[in-house]
Order: sequence, then structure tokens, then C-alpha cells
Amino acid sequence: MIDVVQDGAVVTALIAMLGGAIRVSTPFMFVALGECLTEKSGRINLGLEGSLVLGAMIAYAGSFLTGSPWAGVLFAGCAGLVLGALHGFICKLPKVNDIAVGIAFMSFGTGLAFFFGKPYIQPQAPRLEAIHLGDWTGDHRLAQALEVNPLFFVGVALAVFMWWAFRNTRWGLIVRMTGDSAPAAKAMGVSVDLVRFLATAVGGFMAGVGGAFLSLYYPGSWNQGLSSGQGLMAVALVIFARWGPLRCILAALLFGAAGALGPSLQSVGISQGYYFFNAAPYILTLFIMVASARSKVSAREAPGELSITK
Amino acid sequence: MADMTVQSLSIAQIKRRPSVGTLRLAEAIIIPVAALIVSALIFSIFLLVLDKSPITFFTLIWTGGFGSSFSFQNTLQRAAPLILTGLAFAVPARIGLTMIGGEGALVLGGLSAAAIAIPLVSAGVPAFLTLPVMAIAAMLAGGLWIGFAGWLRYYRGVNETISSLLLSYIAIATMNFFVEGILRDPASANKPSTMPIGDAYRIGAIPGTQVHWGLAAGLILAVVLHILMTRTTFGFAARVTGGNARAALAQGLPVGKLIVICTMIAGACAGLAGFYEVAAVHGQANASLVAGYGFTGILVAFLARQVPLAVIPVAILFGALNAAGGVIQRRMGMPDATVLVLQGLIFVVLLTSETFYGRIPFLQPKRVEDRT
Repeated sequence: MIDVVQDGAVVTALIAMLGGAIRVSTPFMFVALGECLTEKSGRINLGLEGSLVLGAMIAYAGSFLTGSPWAGVLFAGCAGLVLGALHGFICKLPKVNDIAVGIAFMSFGTGLAFFFGKPYIQPQAPRLEAIHLGDWTGDHRLAQALEVNPLFFVGVALAVFMWWAFRNTRWGLIVRMTGDSAPAAKAMGVSVDLVRFLATAVGGFMAGVGGAFLSLYYPGSWNQGLSSGQGLMAVALVIFARWGPLRCILAALLFGAAGALGPSLQSVGISQGYYFFNAAPYILTLFIMVASARSKVSAREAPGELSITK
Repeated sequence: MADMTVQSLSIAQIKRRPSVGTLRLAEAIIIPVAALIVSALIFSIFLLVLDKSPITFFTLIWTGGFGSSFSFQNTLQRAAPLILTGLAFAVPARIGLTMIGGEGALVLGGLSAAAIAIPLVSAGVPAFLTLPVMAIAAMLAGGLWIGFAGWLRYYRGVNETISSLLLSYIAIATMNFFVEGILRDPASANKPSTMPIGDAYRIGAIPGTQVHWGLAAGLILAVVLHILMTRTTFGFAARVTGGNARAALAQGLPVGKLIVICTMIAGACAGLAGFYEVAAVHGQANASLVAGYGFTGILVAFLARQVPLAVIPVAILFGALNAAGGVIQRRMGMPDATVLVLQGLIFVVLLTSETFYGRIPFLQPKRVEDRT
């Protein structure tokens, strides 16, 4: 394998990985931010994988039918919102396990997406345009790597906003309080169920937007194998990011880089073990979970009401 | 006279109130059945909105799943892996774990069975020796795979739901890696597969039927695991752990060991399903192993309320649903994902119905009145 790698190949692979990390990380970031909001309120939604897939399909269909990819993004968010709201509503009922309901929504959302998505596998829908940030470099590879989708910046802005809002606003405080201690929230006259319902619904919206990125930008088409566990890995990513929105960006970039490993090695001619490198994000997630479970820092920052850390 | 006997009988019934156990059983049957009916109603509305006939749909499921001897055998054929993957979810669930990695254990079991068969078949080892070796390899691979998730749960505190699903993706990637790489049969051009084990090594059908022996294995395992989980000390200890792990630890139960053993049993069940998929259905390992049996098994186990014996009828029901999928696709012009939508809907409604346990008035045991 070594003799395949020539002088420029390492640089090419690294640049491809940089671009890939930015591209691949965007859906991770949106799902992770959505999950972060939901988990901060003390509930866990494993069904974001379903919201992601349904969002991807709705976005593609919406973009195809209206001709505007941004309308597709909005529709995708709404689809995620509906699934999230359903999840939030059902988990409000007593004796219902939020993790199990999440698994159910994973399969329900995926089923709906496959059912309605069948006619949209073939046609070409208008895609989201990238912003060319790297044209001034004059380097073809860098220019290509720095074609960044506006949704990436939306995600970063959202993360910064969430970070600020959790610390500085009344709403942020209420969400954090609900997540840390439901009795305290009740004593303050806050409706725990309502806060969690809203947090789950809005989290679903974000996951839907993440799905729109998948079908409208990268990989940029709708098919049934579009998402392979990104929604679920994002849940692990939130634990790794210790429920901090800003750390979610870094974690998403790391996951993106792992996800871009296979394709970028392929771009320099190493196709051996392609499937093995495809498994890299999952293996990385597993390692991260092993490393971050039972860590004291993580335990201190985890929302107290969260069932997954108990 | 007849009137009198009816009257006296009803008085006797009123006097002899059903026991708590009977009521619990009635609850555990009535609520899931009601959930199934509600899902069917919601799905009917869904069909009506799409301008399709719900009557045709459910008739097709009936005829496609149970209508003829042929279709019923097809149903049983599909129920076989579902029993095994259902058990793979139900057993860890009794010890309090939500293990959703059955799909990965099935795929890896199938791959291991097919891989170990290659040298044995080429060396000409007879089938009655080769097949047990394949089965053991499959069960070992699946058992270690899910057992690893159980080990991580207890000894490293890693959430088992996420880790087992991640392990599933890793298992599928591993299979692709081998099937497209060193284990690839050069003759398999379009669909990369391992070397076929050959007809002489295929597991035949149960005599008098067209159903392979995986069904018998599923039935036997369901009964054995039912006895293990309800009638033995091991099962009791496992259920205590599932009820309250801290109490179990305080009682000195070997919680870690129990968890690892239960998860290994679960993985072995799913791995065995993979073995039958290879040895009886496909004859080789390829992407067809990733058929969603592992995920449907989760739903089967939930509907069976994690009771191993109840997994059997539920698996047959979902086997019928899968068997009828093709007919529905052809006759009603609906996409193959229709069954997925219905399954997802049943799943959601079923979990929502959990909220009714202990809250339906006529199913509750009478409390002894406090006379103080």
C-alpha cells in the first residue's frame, strides 16, 4: 500500500479530507444540535435517524416539485418537526420508555421515507449551491475543498446561538433546569412536559434540516441507502461533546473527517479496504463512547434527568 | 333448569374473582391486540387517503400469508429467522437491556458460517460434520458480538442500545469487506458473494413441508429459553437484575456475569438465524443477509412483551406480513416499503399502548380494603 502513496498524494488526501470533513460533518452537526437541545431538556430521542431520512426525502421531493432547494430544506425541517412532536407527545404519557419510542420512530420515519420516496429516486432535483471560498488560492484541490455549503454556516451560527442562549436567556435556563431536575422545574411552576415536548419537536426540525443537506448537497441525491446511522451516531456525538453546542461543532468535524477517510483515500488511488474505512466512523464512535462513559467530567455535565447516562 | 345453572354459574364466577396472575395475563394479551387493531385502523385511513382499498390490503395479507398451504409455508419460512431475532431482543430485555444489534449478529453469524464452510467443503468433509461446525461458528460469532455490547454495558458503562446498533453497522461493513475482498467467489460477478456451499451441504426442508429446519430450531430455542427465563434460578436472577440492578447487586447476584451470559445467548440466537439464512436459504453469504430480520425481531419481541414463548405466534404474524409484501406490491401497485410503514406504525402505537398497563379499571385486581 505504501508504494502507491507518492509525494503529492498525502497532501491531496489531506486536502480531500479537510473538504470531506466540512461536507460530511454538516448533517452530523444539525442532528447533534437537535439532540443536544432535546437531551438538555432531559429526554433522549433516538428517532432522529428517522427524522433525518424522512427529511432527506421530503427535501428532495420539495426541491423537485417547487424548484427551490430552500423550500425543500424548510419542508424537511417541518417533517422532522412533526416526527419530533409525535415523539415528544408520546413520551409525555406515563410508563412510556423514550429510548424504545425512539427505536420505533427510527423505523417509522425510515418506512415513510422509503414509501413516499420511491418516485423521486430517478428525477434530478435542483440542489443547494455551494459558496466558493477557495477560488483565490489558485489551487484546484483547495478550491474544491473549500466549496462550503451555506447550511454549514447556518449550523455553526445555530450552535453559537444555542451556546449563548443556554447561558444567557430565560428560555435556556428553563430548558437546562427541566433537564437537570424535573421536581425543581415543577416547583418553579414550569410545565416539564411542555418544555420537553417543544425541545423534542425543535430538535426534530434540526434533524430534518440535516437530512435536507444529505439529499440536496452531499451526496446530493435521494436513495434508500442515503443515511447509514448518522442520526444515531449524532446521539453518541452529543455525549462525547458533553452537551455543549460549541463542542458539538468540533465533534461533528471529527466525525466528518472519519467519514471522509474512505473516499479521500480512494481519491489518491487507495481503494483497498474501502469497506473497512467506511466503518471508521462507527468504530470511532464506539471508542469515544467507551472513553467518555464513566468519565467524571462527562458525569458532571450530563443533564440529571437523562435516562441514558444512568 | 337451564336458567338456574347459568345463574348459579355466574354467581360462582362473581365470587371467585380472577387471580392477579390471570388479570396480568389478560392485560398482556388485550393491550397488544388492541394496539394491533388500532394500528390497522390508522393504516386503513392512510390507505384511504392514498385512494387504495384497506379491505383489499388486509385480504391480501390474509391470503398471501395464510391463504394456501404454499403461502403458509412461505410465512413459516420467514417466521423462522424472526423467532430467533425476536429471542435475541427478548432475552436481554428481561435483564433490563435494550439490545438492538440482532441484525449485526445475524449478518456476522452468516458470514462466519459461510467462511468456515469454504475449507471444509473443499476438503470434502461430510455435511453432517460441516453443518454443525458452521452452526457453532455462527452462534459463537453472534454471541461474542452481542456479548461484547453486554460486557461494555456492565464493565465500561457504555449505553448498550447505541453500542449494539453501531456494532451492527460495523458487522455489515465487515461482511462487505470480506465478501468483496478475500472471501469473494470470482464467479459472483454482479452480486459479490462467498463461495456457494453447494447443494450437498444445503439444509433441506422439514419432511412433508417446504420449510427449512430453522423453524424447528426457533421453536425449540423459544421453549428452552422460556423455561430458562421463567423456571430456573438463572432466569430468576436475571429478572431480578432487570427489575432493579442495584438491588440485585446488593443481594450479591453476579450481575456482570448474568448480563454477559444473557447477551451472549441473544447473540447466539441471532447468529443461528444467520447460519440458517446461509445454509438453508441463500447457500452463500452476501448482501441478502441484510434483510432487516434483526430489526423486525425487535418489534416482534416488543409485541410479545419479551416472553420467549409469545415470540412464536408474533413472529408468524410478521412472517405473514413479509410473505404478503410481494403480492401487495404486485396487485395493489404499492411500493415494497408499504410493509415497513405498517410495521413502523404498529411499533409506535404499541409503545404508546404501554401507558395503559395498570390503568384499565376492569383488569385491575381489587385492593384489600384498609379497615383501620
